[in-house]
Amino acid sequence: MAKISLIVNGNPVNANVDSRTLLVQFLRENLRLTGTHVGCDTSQCGACVVHLDGKAVKSCTTLAVMADGHEVRTIEGLAADGAPLHPMQEAFREHHGLQCGFCTPGMIMTAVDLVNRKGHDLSDHVIREELEGNLCRCTGYQNIVTSIAAGAKAMAKSA
Amino acid sequence: MYEFKYHRPATVRQAANLLVKNEDAKVIAGGHTLVPVMKQRLASPPHLVDLSHIEGLDTIEMKGRSLVIGATAKHASVATSPIVGEAIPALAELAGGIGDPAVRHKGTIGGSLANNDPTADYPAAVLALGATIVTNKRRLKAEEFFQGLFSTALENDEIITKVMFPLPKKAAYIKFRNQASRYALVGVFVAKRPSDVRVAVTGAGSDGVFRATAFEEALKKRFSHKVLDGVSASAEGLNSDLHGSAEYRAHLIGVLTRRAVEAATAK
Repeated sequence: MAKISLIVNGNPVNANVDSRTLLVQFLRENLRLTGTHVGCDTSQCGACVVHLDGKAVKSCTTLAVMADGHEVRTIEGLAADGAPLHPMQEAFREHHGLQCGFCTPGMIMTAVDLVNRKGHDLSDHVIREELEGNLCRCTGYQNIVTSIAAGAKAMAKSA
Repeated sequence: MYEFKYHRPATVRQAANLLVKNEDAKVIAGGHTLVPVMKQRLASPPHLVDLSHIEGLDTIEMKGRSLVIGATAKHASVATSPIVGEAIPALAELAGGIGDPAVRHKGTIGGSLANNDPTADYPAAVLALGATIVTNKRRLKAEEFFQGLFSTALENDEIITKVMFPLPKKAAYIKFRNQASRYALVGVFVAKRPSDVRVAVTGAGSDGVFRATAFEEALKKRFSHKVLDGVSASAEGLNSDLHGSAEYRAHLIGVLTRRAVEAATAK
């Protein structure tokens, strides 16, 4: 067992974990933050994307012990319970950027990271390139791309 | 995944000592190759030595006339580094095309080289640019470092600390992606160096990265895609699988070398 201390969605967390625990398992099973999903479990689909020290990573390919001493943000950390949605979440709702919703937490965490890196004025081409690591099997991506472009602009206003 | 003990050394020396003490230990940095194979139980190291918290091991800097990239520099850092962009833009582009954004936030240059995956991008750059791989024990030339599929000259307790790239006059990397995996079906890195021209090919060789000497000879006379008319790669020793035959890969080597030379001369 290994002792880990990290910040999850702004809250300090201390835990004893088996060193082979994946970050996504730790988030879902220990902390019950089930918004982060396990899709392919092979670092391809992006349903498990969270932010580690502010950068998008695949939590199914990160060991919880590797996050010791670091800061993690999950989809639950974007907007407080009962508070208005984060502008990127609101954009996905507004523009119908989801159907079944399974890939959505990963899509949104990737999208927020993308805006942090590349700004608020994103072309469809850039958005599509940047979504290389996030798979959606329902929407055909059209509305996801629209949502991200709109969410990026909305984030500029709310910042 | 089988159980293991996790170690987080603060220095390369501590990391090397852990490797000496624990013979079956494995080094981890980004973990984007090792964690998946451990999940599949294809690897079951009893000890993991995490290099990602060793200070200064991810530094990117110019030293004299060489670009020096620390072993734990992430693909995203290399892709966006103004130092790399200035010194060897082709290398920054290559790093920006590895995997996807989340993978680039974790994967490291040292990890990619130590793994020597036959479809990885970095080995082509290291071989074409004639880089030197520096470890905690010695300096290795690219051609002595790569030793076939997933194998390198690294000893059990040897750790890559940095990679030194001499600056080329011109360089470009073009890859033809497998449409599903997005890995390089074939990738060609072309470098016009002060003394010679090197063409390194990844993805195609059944023994890993290699130099396409016929193209190098032609380009030495004149660095232009026009001199490549009639030059072709042999299908011998190339991979043949459901993604493409050896002949198809040989054809791609020719096409991509031309495109890479065009891209390098256009810069």
